[in-house]
Amino acid sequence: MTAIDLGIPNLGGLDLVPTTDEPQKAKDYKSDQEVRWCPGCGDYVVLNAVQSFLPTLGLKRENIVFISGIGCSSRFPYYLNTYGMHSIHGRAPSIATGLATTRPDLSVWVVTGDGDALSIGGNHLIHALRRNVNIKILLFNNRIYGLTKGQYSPTSGQGMVTKSTPMGSVDTPFNPLSLAIGAEASFVGRAMDSDRKGLTEVLQAAAQHRGSALVEIYQNCPIFNDGAFDVLKDADEAATRLIPLRAGEPIRFGPNQEFGVKRGDWGGLDVAKVADIGEDNIVVHDPSITDTSYAFALSRLGDQNLNHVPTGILRQVERPTYDDGARAQVEEARAARKPDLQGLLRGKDTWTVA
Amino acid sequence: MSTSANGNGAGHGSLAATRPTEVSKLDRVVIRFAGDSGDGMQLTGDRFTSEAAAFGNDLSTMPNFPAEIRAPQGTIPGVSSFQVHFADYDILTPGDRPDVLVAMNPAALKANLADVPHGGTIILNTDDFIKRNLTKVGYATDPLDDDTLAAYQVHRVAMSTLTQGALAETGLGKKDAERCKNMFALGLLSWMYHRPTEGTERFLREKFAKKPDIAEANILAFRAGWNYGETTESFATTFQVAPAKLKQGTYRQITGNTALAYGIVAAGQRSGLQILLGTYPITPASDILHELSKHKHFGILTFQAEDEIAGIGAALGASYGGALGVTSTSGPGVALKSEAVGLGVMVELPLVVIDVQRGGPSTGLPTKTEQADLLQAMFGRNGESPVPIVAPLSPADCFDAAVEATRIALKYRTPVLLLSDGAIANGSEPWLIPDVETLPDLSVEFASEPNADNDSGEFWPYVRDPETLARAWAIPGTPGLQHRIGGLEKADKTGHISYDPANHDKMVRLRQAKIDGIDVPDLVVDDPSGGKARVLALGWGSSFGPIGAACRRVRKLGLPIAQAHLRHLNPLPANLGDILRSYDKVVVPEMNLGQLALLLRAKYLVDVHSHTKVAGMAFKAEELQNLFSEIITSVTTEAAK
Repeated sequence: MTAIDLGIPNLGGLDLVPTTDEPQKAKDYKSDQEVRWCPGCGDYVVLNAVQSFLPTLGLKRENIVFISGIGCSSRFPYYLNTYGMHSIHGRAPSIATGLATTRPDLSVWVVTGDGDALSIGGNHLIHALRRNVNIKILLFNNRIYGLTKGQYSPTSGQGMVTKSTPMGSVDTPFNPLSLAIGAEASFVGRAMDSDRKGLTEVLQAAAQHRGSALVEIYQNCPIFNDGAFDVLKDADEAATRLIPLRAGEPIRFGPNQEFGVKRGDWGGLDVAKVADIGEDNIVVHDPSITDTSYAFALSRLGDQNLNHVPTGILRQVERPTYDDGARAQVEEARAARKPDLQGLLRGKDTWTVA
Repeated sequence: MSTSANGNGAGHGSLAATRPTEVSKLDRVVIRFAGDSGDGMQLTGDRFTSEAAAFGNDLSTMPNFPAEIRAPQGTIPGVSSFQVHFADYDILTPGDRPDVLVAMNPAALKANLADVPHGGTIILNTDDFIKRNLTKVGYATDPLDDDTLAAYQVHRVAMSTLTQGALAETGLGKKDAERCKNMFALGLLSWMYHRPTEGTERFLREKFAKKPDIAEANILAFRAGWNYGETTESFATTFQVAPAKLKQGTYRQITGNTALAYGIVAAGQRSGLQILLGTYPITPASDILHELSKHKHFGILTFQAEDEIAGIGAALGASYGGALGVTSTSGPGVALKSEAVGLGVMVELPLVVIDVQRGGPSTGLPTKTEQADLLQAMFGRNGESPVPIVAPLSPADCFDAAVEATRIALKYRTPVLLLSDGAIANGSEPWLIPDVETLPDLSVEFASEPNADNDSGEFWPYVRDPETLARAWAIPGTPGLQHRIGGLEKADKTGHISYDPANHDKMVRLRQAKIDGIDVPDLVVDDPSGGKARVLALGWGSSFGPIGAACRRVRKLGLPIAQAHLRHLNPLPANLGDILRSYDKVVVPEMNLGQLALLLRAKYLVDVHSHTKVAGMAFKAEELQNLFSEIITSVTTEAAK
């Protein structure tokens, strides 16, 4: 087969979306619908963060679209005063792909959960990421099925006792970031529902990124998996577990910044005491490394027990997007040939009956 | 009769017949080219068809090939064939039985012989009738030596040897030279039927433009076949089929899948909407993707998705944004898309779902035809989920059917199921090229203003047009009309989530009423007897051809019969009930186990006679002729009692 250099344009994530000078407030993004998540649900915090963050983009509100699948988090679009579609289980990335491909003037967001994105919609998620469609995917990970009332999810830890696993889950969980990076995602980040500042930073960067962005948000389900992330919310525990990533800075953490990330065996990364390895051997974070191995190694630092959890932007690289490429081909074809419907219908071989 | 400059007439073309032969004039001929999958029979048939079209015959074709790309060579499952029916009048089917069978090997002979009527002509490539090939297909003795072919007119031609001989000086390897034998066969048949030949030579030069030596070799083989007929005396008779007196206008040959793709292009142009085809490759629908991907200059985006579901998902996403979403598939793909079609029903957005039906269930018969997805299209979703259904009746009709499906989708904001099938998808016929100015205006109006019927100044997405019941369609980017839609039940008008029992009852009935109220044309009954017919033959989809051909034959025998054909399966034409009740007997032939018959019986309480066949092949006109004759006779006898 022949390969062709596509010459796809490289833009910022929002370069084609119309902006407004009118000041916007969080309340402009609140819809008139009563929010119906359970009291104490982490989704409230995320919703507030998003409603506060969207005005900072300065976009025309009507050019923002949120598309969701099925699950607790997928009610999200109803509560945002933008355009929105609450679709079917797992399919939001495909619907968003069709929308983003035909409408470059829109900022398209997908809201999904661990079941929606990683179980029933796993195929669409990985293909959206590999295509690098200009959509932003917010994956609310609460490690449980909430809307169906408490079955284990593809991110539930092995051994977890749930309604459908009374003797403990024997499934191996997905690491969503490893999966996304394996699927060639060009932007991968993680934030905590409780960390408004960190979440907003990642969302900001995701919005400005051209291509698919996957943001995993650790979100507490107070009913079916309460406290799943408590170890990351307790200040002492969090200090030894959370690894905040900042581009250009050595990766250090700990109550006294005594831990760092060093190069490990087999091309991976390991956690070590700075005192043991020396400051010069601490890895300096660079999310723009094209090779996926680095970001993948970052995503593998911890295990299902949340012993080490990198947060922030693991990976942010520029590469051509599917929708820009598809539109560029249409433009190129249009420039080369005028559409002539009658000519198309006639074709080359005709005959006339008089 | 007169025709165009590139027209017709005996001896027209670059090769001229000189040897005097007896010329027999025929009104129609059916030829079947059969060989191994790798023998190029589809190409050969296609070229002969183009020659017939260029000559001005009416024609209809039926390709038949295995699902395997290269089934084991020389075996019965590996046989590929192409049947072309051409005539000096308007014909409706690719023909029941071949008058002429061209068999390139023993497998092709064995697989097709039973279809050739006694007295028919068989042209054999004797070079392939060697012991190994005969054994492979279970011929204990060589059928050329025993009385297997006693009842036929047999022409034995050493096509491989003759082709290799003709190409001896080209420097082409023996194997490459032998591969040109299909063009030898085409040349011979072109001579026998006085076909114009320059189109084929031009075609070969274009097809092999990058390999001029191969182009010349094929042309040499083609000419060698022609000359073989001309110079050897084994062929005493040639045949002429005069051009057909078709309706005035300019024609081209077209397959159903191409016509369908063109219909989508036309719908895009006439609606002014961008088209997004979201699809996943599947036989026999993939050619629609191939065709549309060539027409990007019409603003058409083709998205080859990761699966069937993503294909329809992307199409629906495009429609949500104000484009026209189209998805194409076959039955197994429709099964996967069902949930998304249901979402389309709920969010009430335009969407065209093309189902090129094939034999089922499950993977079934991918390359064979069937009409067994009607009930799937009608009911194959959860909940009360009505969708309009349009079914083309012939290859050329696929164009109009696609435009009609789009018209309904846009006007009523609904997914529409377009039910083609394998027979019309790959079959071809002449197409009276429409004047694009006469195509319907499909332009749509997006909502641009708040529409709430209180003083709120809000936009309510489920406020309906009182006439069509279509909801207001506001696309993202429209200021002030931000709203949310989704798969949960909607409150009437506002579109907010509603679990209210009375509201759900109302919305289910509203969605049904919208589909029931679609403007479909009244059914037209064809009855040349002027109302004497007591029996109605009613069909849908691709069985139009054989039903029509059978009705003609029955009428020629002096038996009156009425014919009607449904292009709209949902909703059905308003006058259908009255028509059904006005006949003593309604016969419904279908390539399924009686799906339309079931619907008609349920809806109209009419005791229709269901005639069914699921053999992966279209009905033969002959079998329907016999059926209709019997039914007419029994109805007449009953009436006389």
